[in-house]
Amino acid sequence: MANKNNLRHLMFGLAGSALLLTPQAYANETIKIGVMLPFSGAYAALGSDGRNGLRLALKEHRERLHGSNIEFIEMDTEARPERAPEISSALLNRHKADFIVGPVHSGVANGMLRTLRNRDTIMIVPNAGSAEVTGALCAPNVFRTSFSSWQTSYPMGQVAADKGYKRVVTITWNYGMGRESVDAFEESFTAAGGEIIRKMLVPFPRTDFQSYISEIASLQPDAVFVFFAGSGAVQFALDYDALGLRERIPLIGSGFLTEGTLGAQGKAAEGLVTTLHYADELDNPNNVKFRELYKSEYNRDADLYAVQGYDAGLMIVEAIDQLQGKVKDRQAVIEVMRNMTVPSPRGDFTFSKAHNPIQNVYLREVKDGVNRVIDVAMPALEDPARGCNM
Amino acid sequence: MTTSLFFIQLINGLQYGLLLFLIASGLTLVFGVMGILNLAHGSMYMVGAYLAWYFFTHTDSFLLSAIISAVIALSIGILVERTLIRQLYHRNHLDQVLLTIGMIFVFNALQSLLWGNDPQGIKVPDLLSGSIPLTDTLSYPVYRIFVAVICILLAAALYYTINKTRLGMLIRAGESNREMVECLGINISRLYTIVFAIGVMLAAIAGVLSAPMVSIVPGMGEHVLIACFVVVVIGGMGSIKGAFVAALLVGIVDTFAAVLLPSIASMVVYILMALILLVKPKGLFSN
Repeated sequence: MANKNNLRHLMFGLAGSALLLTPQAYANETIKIGVMLPFSGAYAALGSDGRNGLRLALKEHRERLHGSNIEFIEMDTEARPERAPEISSALLNRHKADFIVGPVHSGVANGMLRTLRNRDTIMIVPNAGSAEVTGALCAPNVFRTSFSSWQTSYPMGQVAADKGYKRVVTITWNYGMGRESVDAFEESFTAAGGEIIRKMLVPFPRTDFQSYISEIASLQPDAVFVFFAGSGAVQFALDYDALGLRERIPLIGSGFLTEGTLGAQGKAAEGLVTTLHYADELDNPNNVKFRELYKSEYNRDADLYAVQGYDAGLMIVEAIDQLQGKVKDRQAVIEVMRNMTVPSPRGDFTFSKAHNPIQNVYLREVKDGVNRVIDVAMPALEDPARGCNM
Repeated sequence: MTTSLFFIQLINGLQYGLLLFLIASGLTLVFGVMGILNLAHGSMYMVGAYLAWYFFTHTDSFLLSAIISAVIALSIGILVERTLIRQLYHRNHLDQVLLTIGMIFVFNALQSLLWGNDPQGIKVPDLLSGSIPLTDTLSYPVYRIFVAVICILLAAALYYTINKTRLGMLIRAGESNREMVECLGINISRLYTIVFAIGVMLAAIAGVLSAPMVSIVPGMGEHVLIACFVVVVIGGMGSIKGAFVAALLVGIVDTFAAVLLPSIASMVVYILMALILLVKPKGLFSN
């Protein structure tokens, strides 16, 4: 089944421009969208969901494209930071891409920013949450449709304090996204009177957690806060449950702990409480419509990464529509994007001065294999954008 | 560190080490007998885990899916040896590295096409799903003890086969003098097929046994491959006994390093390897 899907995407890719061309085309300007996502390796699923979301937005709104030809140039980053400068400069200089959408991985984002910031293209980051993207390395031509690490973990500190937890152990991979998430949690948790009794840093990408969890058990904290994503998230939840801690010491985390991983985690994820800017079950008309559309187009359920890619697509659609296809004027595109309200499946959001979404962060709990929304942990939360002078 | 925590970490280390041995034994066996450096060995671990997941979701029986997966792995081993590995016996290690690296890409692409890129998991079989309380907060899952026991049994079976059976005698003879074995009228090429297939099957069985404990994801094979190489190099290339000792050593050192020296945890195993190679350049138990 995956096989057929891949083939269909390939064909869609080849025929992309033709499909999107409306019969009454008059402008016929070709708009190039470079896509830099991981299509192989551990993050391949995230990359293809992001790409699918992006394409869906442009297909759904093709009547708003003023007859422009849309050409996709897809590059596989393999989630390898060292490939980023080479690929992004090819998209910028050789292909003259008008928009470059990517990446998933924060290390890759760093490499892309060094090549693309303040250059003649618009970069839209559909995932990578590291602080510097809309912090120290922020730039007028760089937007992010996803989140900052701070946004997804800061609210949890308040939630934990409200639940009455006093002594908490934090554990994460020893890399940028992990450390930033844990620091954001600590910031709000200690401000509310809590204490971090141990900060554990696991070498990235190690996924043998048994010895760390044994250590946690001996410390007997009130709760454990983690940032892990993908296979690390699956593994941590499985080990935590297998060693019998799940029912004794609450496990809380940034939402990536239970995002796209619930099938693999099974009952080990039941009851985990997380904060994130999206949940599959969010009850708003945009989300319901988007999920139906996505399912019928790709024959799989949409997830967070699809949403973030879709929103990048919505931004491009809006810019093309308002400027009637004249997207070579980058300043005008930036003006449109900076002032737009994105009708995202996660709920409408606008951009901060640093071009990061100002968005609700939801409190979620896993029940029967689904992330149920319990509450809005913090509404319209804006990243502090430390180090950005824009 | 309290005494009870020390013993718990020791158990963690032993259990990790035993699993490492199971994966590494096939690698060192194939190298010892055939002189083939199979970089795609980690891929067979991945294939084992994916096969176990695939058949488990269709049959709902862990035992059945384990048996089917082992048989398929054995067949893949025979097929790969007959068609590809066979071409390499008279060529140098660089050619072997090129071919087996290529096989990693092929297996990864097949995995992506056949089973997609989402992380997968299977639940622990009901019979083994209990756990034994160790402290107030910590309990030890029965399944992990079961896996450790299976690893010990397989190690014993390997030891017996190599030291006490006719097949083992041939394997040892083939290791030390291939031409002489051929001269004595033994079909060495069939022997090689058998050894390679067993090596592949051991990796796949490790994958099957791990499936309920780990997240089944693309790239899981490469992750274990490096740990396996460390084990094989420390133990002495080709030595099963060496692999056993080295695996336990690596398992225990790695576990304690993670807790006691978190800032350099990822280096400690490699430092251990470097130190051992300084004293014993061919590993602990090389011939």
